[in-house]
Amino acid sequence: MSRLNEANIKTALEIIARYPRPKSALIPLLHLSQEQNGFITRDAMVHLGELVGVTSAEVYGTATFYEMFRFEPVGKYLVNICGTMSCALMGAGDLMHHAEHKLGVKAGGTTADGMFTLAHAECQAACTEAPTLQVNYRFRYKVTNSDFDALIDDLKSGKLSDEIPSHGVVARIRQRIPADRGVGAVAPELATENPVWMDGKAAL
Amino acid sequence: MTTVDSSNATPEVAVDPNAVSVTINGKVVAARKGEMIIAAADRTDDFIPRFCYHPRMEPVGMCRQCLVEVVGPRGPMMVVSCMTPVADGQVVNTETEGVKKAQEGVLELLLANHPLDCPVCDKGGECPLQDQAFSHGPGESRFVEEKRHYEKPIAISENVYLDRERCILCDRCTRFADEVAGDALISFTSRGNNTQVMTFPDEPFSSYFSGNTVQICPVGALTAKPYRFKARPWDIEHVESTCTTCSVGCRTVVQSSRDELVRYQGVDSQPVNWGWLCDKGRFNFESINSKDRLTTPLIKDASGNLSATSWSVAIDSAARMLRTALTVSPQSVAFIGGARGTNEDAFAWAQLANALGVDSRDSQMADGLPPQVFSLPQATIADIDTAKTIILLAPDLKEELPVLYLRVRHAAEKRAGRVVEVSPRATGLAGKAWKKVHVEPGKTAAALRALATDAAFTAQLASGSVVVIVGRMNLAESEESVVHALAEVLHMAPHATVLPVLRRGNVRGAITAGLTPRNGGKSTAEILEAAAAGKIECLVLLGADPLSDVPDADLARRGISGARNIIAIDTFITQSSALADIVLPAAAYGEKEGTTTNVEGRISNVAQSITPVGTSRPDWMIAVELGTATSHDLGVASYNELHAAMISGVREFAPAVDTHAVQHDGVIVAHPTPITLTRTDSASSERNSYDYRAVVSRKLYDNAIGTAKSPSLATLGETSAVIVNPLDVPRIGAQVGESVRVTSPRGSIALPLHESVDVLRGTAWLPINLGGSDVRELLDVAKDVIDLKIEKMS
Ligand code: SF4
Ligand code: SF4
Ligand code: FES
Ligand code: FES
Repeated sequence: MSRLNEANIKTALEIIARYPRPKSALIPLLHLSQEQNGFITRDAMVHLGELVGVTSAEVYGTATFYEMFRFEPVGKYLVNICGTMSCALMGAGDLMHHAEHKLGVKAGGTTADGMFTLAHAECQAACTEAPTLQVNYRFRYKVTNSDFDALIDDLKSGKLSDEIPSHGVVARIRQRIPADRGVGAVAPELATENPVWMDGKAAL
Repeated sequence: MTTVDSSNATPEVAVDPNAVSVTINGKVVAARKGEMIIAAADRTDDFIPRFCYHPRMEPVGMCRQCLVEVVGPRGPMMVVSCMTPVADGQVVNTETEGVKKAQEGVLELLLANHPLDCPVCDKGGECPLQDQAFSHGPGESRFVEEKRHYEKPIAISENVYLDRERCILCDRCTRFADEVAGDALISFTSRGNNTQVMTFPDEPFSSYFSGNTVQICPVGALTAKPYRFKARPWDIEHVESTCTTCSVGCRTVVQSSRDELVRYQGVDSQPVNWGWLCDKGRFNFESINSKDRLTTPLIKDASGNLSATSWSVAIDSAARMLRTALTVSPQSVAFIGGARGTNEDAFAWAQLANALGVDSRDSQMADGLPPQVFSLPQATIADIDTAKTIILLAPDLKEELPVLYLRVRHAAEKRAGRVVEVSPRATGLAGKAWKKVHVEPGKTAAALRALATDAAFTAQLASGSVVVIVGRMNLAESEESVVHALAEVLHMAPHATVLPVLRRGNVRGAITAGLTPRNGGKSTAEILEAAAAGKIECLVLLGADPLSDVPDADLARRGISGARNIIAIDTFITQSSALADIVLPAAAYGEKEGTTTNVEGRISNVAQSITPVGTSRPDWMIAVELGTATSHDLGVASYNELHAAMISGVREFAPAVDTHAVQHDGVIVAHPTPITLTRTDSASSERNSYDYRAVVSRKLYDNAIGTAKSPSLATLGETSAVIVNPLDVPRIGAQVGESVRVTSPRGSIALPLHESVDVLRGTAWLPINLGGSDVRELLDVAKDVIDLKIEKMS
């Protein structure tokens, strides 16, 4: 079962209501689904298509555009080690080598207990702090081998669970926008009047 | 878009506020506001290269091949001509050094990852990429690295294959699937260098229109199984023709190589099909090449088996059979069929019937419409584009007249007109309908009458032109019920025009040519009844197979077995022709020339591309020979003479003298003076609340011979089922998928139970003519409505 659960369906409908076209809600819904299951499953894509009124192929097309959506199971913690120029110069290769030994998997692999997925990453835009890594997109800077070991041990022991939620959780606090606070935009194809900002200006 | 008042043919000369004038390469071109530069340039001799632009789809600016210079206040500016609208006074240059460099650059990039496997590519020789690499490319590449590799090719549906290495990501196929067909089952997936066209995993691109993507793919990335590696473009002979598989009459190019049909391609005809075809019409050329085609006349031998004979023996025997029957009485001879041939075929057979005094001839095969609907003010297909309201009183267009479905869908999608769906179940257009009137069989007219008090509805009707698409929405409901419903609509909207939709290829032409009962002659159902009562001495089947095609199995069986003698003119041995005394092999589509008449009464040509298989002959020739053998000279010795005789002999066909028009977009038949329908109070029988009222209709892929004998289509059909509303399932007490017993006053069959919200409560939808149990066993053409019992099997 990897369709959205009851609670998440409610959240999904709330998110959909914010947009002039239901399908515009697809990206937040994909995150919601990844939060629920840890990755994007086929059933989830079928379900999201039903919810926003597009085909599964369209959901698939949109979802696969984005790196952050995963289509195979990943560990509870996705560890991305940057390997681009600055990090490479500052020892990212050695760090990756060390990480592979520590976790017992090759880059791209997931540990047998389902805790960690180790992956290469391109520049994470923190080059001054090289070498960098991210755990579920939370940064660690100037990482040494012993930093890495400590990080893994802390993640295993649960010490960091407040700071780093499991893979798929984008933010712990969900933004809620009650319907009456929405801007109430209409879909362009249903609009009967020019938008206010166009007032007085010639049609573009 | 301006509307043209058809009653006033004189064009207005007033200044058009949307007219603009642009200068392209120094030539002044008249254009219209909103039009793209590339479209205006297409009216000059200067060709702008392009891959993604397609005149029947929204521009996307995906490939960047169409770069041109527009002279602006700060000098020339490079723009994509497919996304840049014209403006008054605009100066466009498409052939400067700058443009040449830019276009060459784009082509070099497009080719960087292209495999250039032209020698083994189906598209090679007719490939826009190949052609434009030659005409607008740099001639050499600086890219020396290894190209991208993908598995070659992968099937994205039963009939369409995708070679991702060749794809240039122009978005034509994906746009078509979404925008035109409404089947967005393919999409761009992944990103950057990995971007590819793909379906959802395990959910194939099974669209009724998938073949169009193969035709419009500007490279060899999409290929169709029925044509793959069959021929090379330079070995192909092309003739422009009309598809006669259904009555939309899409314009096609029929292509053959070494005297075998290899492919049909759509032709962009503005009034008819805009270049699109459905897959059934596109791929059923396979049936013409089938090994099962009849190649020689057959005659029943002493032991009752059909065996091969010569044409002279067959014609003599058939003539004797006819003469003997005529001596009994001309009423004991009847012709059924004729909708599968050309207008000329039907005309020749009607002439023969006239000469022999045969009044019982009918091409509608017991699922047609009463002739008066053709005497109402008629609409054309193109009228759909400008209608304010389109009322569907018709079968599911997506299943029965697919390319007409695209036209109505387009009108709804572009918000040009509002669609009102009147139907016993939701059809393929339900999602596009402004108003849905789903009503149980037998109550349509009453439901429409009630709508007269619906202010929004009447206001909508009054807002402008109304086109009513009218046909048999339910084969388990009488044809009169359609007329009753139509009368109600025309009462509310007297200004409406009517598009009568009969499904069979050339049924309109056959009726017009005279294959319709006259002087009190009998209709198909009446002929079969008479035959069952032993009153038919000689039954002639003109490409007709009542045993598998008349929606009343029992009647067909009794009729065929009751007829004393049967002469069948056919392309295959069918259930019915197998029981004939004489079978005469007919030339098929593509093997003969002629004209056909589509759903709106448009006459256009069908062309001969290959020689008829074996000794088969066109139907008309068989009629002429039978005439001679029965001492009735029909006075024609060639196709041309026959065609001329038809045009002068049948008033409606007179416009077909314009041969050039007939060979292109076609001409509309002359219409009779319109009549008006009178409303009747149709008393509909009440349904017992335990019963389910039957809704019977056709699916695109069924057991029709052209589909069954085309290997690429034969496997696409579903099997018979009884489909009810999910809320009715518990009442039946069986599980979905389980076999249930379905009983009508006529018969009883076992069918798997399915559910669908498209079906009204208290009704049961039974698609007809599929594999599995024969739904026709339940039907009775004499009944207004049919109620069924659905029971769990013990
Ligand atoms: S498969 Fe063909 S039509 Fe589709 S995007 Fe690729 S090149 Fe264009
Ligand atoms: S819609 Fe009808 S006429 Fe057009 S291609 Fe299909 S079968 Fe042929
Ligand atoms: S190179 Fe590693 S963060 Fe930029
Ligand atoms: S044809 Fe204009 S961008 Fe492709």
